[in-house]
Order: sequence, then C-alpha cells, then structure tokens
Amino acid sequence: MRNLAPTTNRSSFPIPRDRLVQVSVWSAAAIVAGTFAWVLADLLVQGASRIDWSFLVTAPLKAGRAGGIAPILVATVLILMVAVVTAVPIALATAALLSEFVRAGSRTERSIGLSLDVLAGLPSIVFGLFGNAFFCVWLGMGFSILSGGLTLACMTLPILIRSAETGLRMVPDEWRYGAAALGLSRATLLWQVLIPAAAPALTAGLMLGIGRAMAETAALIFTSGYVDRMPSSLLDSGRAISVHIYDLTMNVAGGDQNAYASALVLIALLISINSAALWLAGKTLKRRITTS
Amino acid sequence: MSPSTRDRQLLRLLTVSAGLATGLLALIVLFLVRESWPVISRVGVVRFFLDQSWHPTEQSYGLTPMFVGSLATTGGAIVIAAPLGVASAVFCRFYAPEPMARIYRWAIILLAGLPSVVLGLWGLTAVVPLITQLHPPGTSLLAGSIVLALMILPTVALTTEGALASLPPSYWNGAAALGLSREAAILFVVLPAARGSIAAGVALAAGRALGETMAVLMVSGNVVRLPSSVFDPVRTLTANIALEMAYATGDHRASLFASGLLTAALVAVLAAMATRLGGGRTHA
Amino acid sequence: MRVETLLLASLLALAMATGAMQSAQSAEEKLVITGSSTIAPLAAEIAKRFEQKNPGARIDVQSGGSSRGINDARSGLANIGMVSRALKAEEADLKAFAIARDGVGIILHRDNDVATLSDQQIIDIYTGKTTDWAQVGGKAGPITVVTKAEGRSTLELFLHHFKLKASDIKAQVVIGDNQQGIKTVAGNPGAIGYVSIGTAEFEAGSGTPIKLLGMQAVAASVENVRNGSFPLARPLNLVTSKEPQGLARAFIDFARSAEAHDLVKEQYFVPLDP
Repeated sequence: MRNLAPTTNRSSFPIPRDRLVQVSVWSAAAIVAGTFAWVLADLLVQGASRIDWSFLVTAPLKAGRAGGIAPILVATVLILMVAVVTAVPIALATAALLSEFVRAGSRTERSIGLSLDVLAGLPSIVFGLFGNAFFCVWLGMGFSILSGGLTLACMTLPILIRSAETGLRMVPDEWRYGAAALGLSRATLLWQVLIPAAAPALTAGLMLGIGRAMAETAALIFTSGYVDRMPSSLLDSGRAISVHIYDLTMNVAGGDQNAYASALVLIALLISINSAALWLAGKTLKRRITTS
Repeated sequence: MSPSTRDRQLLRLLTVSAGLATGLLALIVLFLVRESWPVISRVGVVRFFLDQSWHPTEQSYGLTPMFVGSLATTGGAIVIAAPLGVASAVFCRFYAPEPMARIYRWAIILLAGLPSVVLGLWGLTAVVPLITQLHPPGTSLLAGSIVLALMILPTVALTTEGALASLPPSYWNGAAALGLSREAAILFVVLPAARGSIAAGVALAAGRALGETMAVLMVSGNVVRLPSSVFDPVRTLTANIALEMAYATGDHRASLFASGLLTAALVAVLAAMATRLGGGRTHA
Repeated sequence: MRVETLLLASLLALAMATGAMQSAQSAEEKLVITGSSTIAPLAAEIAKRFEQKNPGARIDVQSGGSSRGINDARSGLANIGMVSRALKAEEADLKAFAIARDGVGIILHRDNDVATLSDQQIIDIYTGKTTDWAQVGGKAGPITVVTKAEGRSTLELFLHHFKLKASDIKAQVVIGDNQQGIKTVAGNPGAIGYVSIGTAEFEAGSGTPIKLLGMQAVAASVENVRNGSFPLARPLNLVTSKEPQGLARAFIDFARSAEAHDLVKEQYFVPLDP
C-alpha cells in the first residue's frame, strides 16, 4: 500500500489532478466509442441496403456477388457449436485445476500458463495449417465443419481457460472454507459454488472466445473450407462467414457490398449470442443464490 | 462415493484436460519444426537472423526486419490500446451511468467479434488514405498499429473490468474513509491493486497482436525493410506467412514455417517476461 | 459429476457424427478441387452448374493457393488442382488444362495525369531509379510502388516480362490478393500497381478511382487479352497428376466448353476460343 503514502500531500491540490483524470477517462471513452461508431457507420452505409429476408435465406450466386448467405450462416453456426462443445468443458476443467488444485506460482502452474500464453499468440494461419495436417489429413476428417470446429476449439482454448481461471480465482476464499467446513467434496464445491459464482467472468471469456472464433479467417480456409453449398452433415465442407467476407473483399470484384452486408449479419449474430450468454449467466447466478 | 474418492476422480479428469491443452502446444510446435526442418537443417538458424534480405527463392533468408516489424506494430498497438482499454474499463466501472456502461460494454464486445478482414478493410479504405495525405505511402507501421490497437482493445478493457469488478468493496470503503476523492482512489488504490490482472490482460492482448495476420497484412505495406519512422511500411512475421504461403513450394515453404516458429518463440519470451513482471497472477 | 458427463457426451456426439456421416457420403460420386484463390470463385461457379447438369455428382472446391493445388494434385488429396500460371519445368509431371486467360495490366490512380509509360519507365519506377511522377511527365509527387508478394504468379509474370529479379524491385507496398491491389491504388493518388485486367476494367467502370495503362501501345483491355496482342497474360489451369478419367475428365471438359464461357466472363476472365 505504499501508493497511499503521498495522498495527504496531494489532496491539498485535488482539483487539477482530478479534473485531468476525469477528462482523460471521458475522452478515452469518447475516442473508443467514436471509432467503433465510425467502423459501424461505414458498414451500415455500404451494406445495410443489401440486407433483407431473402439475403438470409437464399444461397449465394455469382461467386457471392448476388444472392444471400443462408448456407454460410448454417455452416458458421455449426462450426461454432463444434468449437464451443469441445473447448468449454476442457477449458473449465483446466481452469479448475489451475485455480483450485495447483498452487499459484508453482512449476506446474507456470508451465501450463506459459504454454497457454504461447498458444494464444500463435498466428491463426499456423493453426489453420496445423488443423489441416492434423484433423483433415492425419485424422482423416477431410475439409469439414468438424475439422474447422476442432481447429477453432484449439485456438479459443487459451482465452477460455484464462478467463475461467480468473473468474474462479475471484471467488473469495471464505466460500471455500465454508464448503470445507460443511464437509462438501471439492467436486461439489466446484460445481455448486465456484462455477456459478464465476459465471459472469466465464461468460465474458466465452464471448471473447466466440468473437475470436467467428472472426477467424485464416484458420478456417484450410480446415472447414470454401464450399458454399448447404451442409448436410458435420463432415461436409462449409464456408464460414468470415471466409466468405474475406473472399468477397479480396478475390471477387464487385463483392464489397455483400461483404459489408455479411459483416452486419455477423454483428447481429454476435449480439444474439451475447444476449443468450448473459441470460444464461444470470440464470446460473440465480441458482447459486437460491441454493446458498 | 466418499468425498475423497470423488475428489481423486475429479482431479484425474482435470489433469487429463490440462494435459490435453498443454499437449496441444507441443503438438503444434512439433508440427512447425517438422515442416521447417528441411531448411533449418541445411542453412542453420543463424542465417535467418543474419542474412541481409528476404528472398527465399534466391536463397536469402533474413527474418530480422520482420522480427522487428512484428515487435514494432505490436508495441505501437499496446501503446495505443493499453491506456485506452484501462480507461474504458474505469469509465464503465466508475463513471458511466449504468445504461451507458451497458451500451459501451456491448460496443466493446462487438469490436472483439469483428472479423480482422473487416477491420483491415476499414483500415485500408478509411485510415490509410488519411495517413497518405500526411505522409505517403500511407500503408505503414502507424496504420498497422492503429488497426491492431482496435483489435486488442476489447481484450484489455474486458480483462481490466473483470479485475476491477472483483476487488473487494473494502478497498473502496477504505479509500473513502481516508477522505480520498474518487479520482485519487482510482489512481492510488484501485488500479495498483488490480495491476497484476491488468498486466496479464495486456500480455494476452500482446500475444493476440503478435499473432494477428489478415488486418495487418492489409494496412501495413508488407515491405521487408527495417522501418526508420512510423510512416514506413513494415512486414510482420505473420503477414509474411499469409502473403507467401499460398504460392510457396519446397525450401520457400519450409522457411515460412520457420517464420511461424520464430513467432511462437517471440510470444513465448514475451509471455515468460509478462509472468515475471506481473509477479504471478494476483489473488485479488 | 456433471463436468464428466458433459465431456463424455460431447465426445460421444462427435464420434457419432463422424461415423454416421462417413457412411452417408460414399453413395455419391465426389470430386475434390483445391488450389489458387484466383480461380476458386470461378471453379466453384462452374462446379455448381456441373452439379445441376449431373445429378449425383458432388464437387467440392477448396481455396488455398496455387502451390497447394500442385501439392494436392500430386499427393492425391485433390482430384484436380487449380494453378493460376503456366506450369514450370519441374512440374512437367502434371497435366495442365487451361480454362481461361487472365491479362495483367498496370493501374494508376484516376487523378494521375500520366497517360502512358514505356517499358523502360516502368522498369525504372519499379527498381527505384525513378521516384517522382515529375520525372515521367506527371505532376510532382512521390511514387508509391505497389507490388505483389514473392511467389505470386502475377509477380512472376511481371518479372519475366520485364526481365527483372524479385530482389531488384524496390516497393513501398507489397500486397497479396488482386482486390487489395485495386483498393490500395484507389486510396493513394501517387500509387502504381499491376492487377488482373478484367477486374480492373470492371472496378474502373463502376466508379473506383483507378485507370488502366496500355503497354507497348496496346491498350489494356479484355479484348486484347483474348486476341493475344496484350503482352502480359497468364493461363488459369486445372491440373491433374495422371490423364484424367471419369468424373474428373467430364468436369474438365465441361469447364473448357462453351457452356462455361458466360461464367468465365462473369468473373472478369477471358474465355479460351474453342
């Protein structure tokens, strides 16, 4: 708490410093909000006129310049589901191990932590090439939604684990002592107390992870592929929405408008997933309150 | 089942999961080594740093300018995003009225979900022309840092806000009891107490920035040369892979995998440094 | 033990999905085509029409670059590879079938006064001897040289035509895909770049501020690429490791036939004369 020492000194000139802090916080927020509004406005101006019901329910035509994005939406959601279903349990378990069973700062903690941080920083294209070699070729899944989802699971794992770990660590130790005093097993403690209590942090991490997964291009071109047909199974190749946007802006002349429109749909999709996650987190939190 | 058997089973399950997660890294590194081995074993590691230029089709494998390019764009992005991100979190937590904070948080989350190609496109059509007017060619270290900053800002903001939310109210009450103003409490109590988590968030963001490919590729010019100002174009290690992998064969391809290996090493060093600096994760 | 149940359930679901689908797929005839991102949108469109004409056939087109097309065709991962250039001497083991041609033209920003550049002037600009537009008869201002990344087939074509080495080029911007080149030049009044002629014609026509420059007194137009008078052009190839049989043969023939010509034009490439 050495930082507290000079406060008495400073409080005799509170106004200029406090004003400065206020002004910088508000202007930082304004800069961030303004930039976001700028990006969003850009998307709206260029893409909003293309969006209507038929854009959502028809297949792309003329390499995506015309028509809609129905098969691409379906493929995107399937890829995301595979990724979340695989990554979330592993992430929760690893985070629980790190926060509840391993001493902070121990060798195990440090080495797991380090490998997670390295994983988080690997270029997505490396994940793509790895996923292609491992899932598509070695495990024989081919270009498929399954390969793409599993590759994304690998990619989002570090974010999910880190946020889950932070969430679990935030739960005050008193609760753990209380549970121990009641004779609860650590499994019960984890499932009944810690995870519900950490739910808001878990949700935030999940949103970051899903956001990253949905935004991913390079990892998916090589794994889930480029085929824009409506997928009929998880072993079909399916084009994810970000791959579609990339192709339209970089390879297809005259594809920009539909690319912007697709980006807007992606944002809408994120908003709905986010609401669902918040609602779920709220429910879990309520369960904790009623059980405790 | 007795609690202790259940706990042993649980521990076993958790260990398997953690093993999976860490095994994954080993697998990926192994894959990178295998793919880049043909060229590393023949020309050696040293030439990747000492060769004058990058022309793999003419047997010249210098990665140093790209190494510097990766560090510079990431550094620039952190310089922009870390203060803005921390301020955003403080804004949400202590300044904005609740409805405004909620909208603001949504905007940040959406920002995190924008595909890098969309942000890259925005950078190329909105930011780069502005910089061009200031100092051509426009596609530059500066443009790369700005776009990257936008991409990692949500990570910094959300992790910082999580850390602030988890501080026990006693900190705040103590500060109030000492007669500190809100600003003083934020500067001298709240932020110092959360600095471990903030550092961890920034480290995560730095890793993300180092690994980012598409957006940087679109706005930073990709010329393999040491930059002498923020207006000079730079190429990052990741952009190098994405730009050339599609058409590379043989040793050229293998040397691109060496770029990937170098990125991984760079991230590992940074992550290790961050853990040391942050003094481990704080138990806030 | 709900964590355990969840894990188990998810693994089971994945396993089931994998099993169920493998059996479902073998019923129909399937062709996998991988390679050049330039050709991929065209091949995907041709594949759609081919599937309509031949019920039961399934063609999956995957993007990923010309080198991927070569590798996958060789290793058998793909039945057909896509390669956006002529095959090199060391690739003589593959059979190539051109489905279209693509011209490569020099583009400038629309506001640039320069109307023509000789081959020598272009060489001087790209090797860094000429750095200001005033030296080639334009308004004074620094030249921003936009070039393609090493290994890209348009770069190889460009180098070959001007008899340059990759290391001779002194660029300010290095780009990847075609549209990135157009967007970069459109955003910088001092820029010069080279891109696919068909797409540049289309973009210039729909209001993007770029213009195509002629070469050696031949106008850069799709027409001049078709009749072969434009000097910078490349074939877009489908490649196979052996003489194609069955479905692969049928698809390649279809892609080269007049039935696919409108699709080729739709992607702003130049169909081959039958």
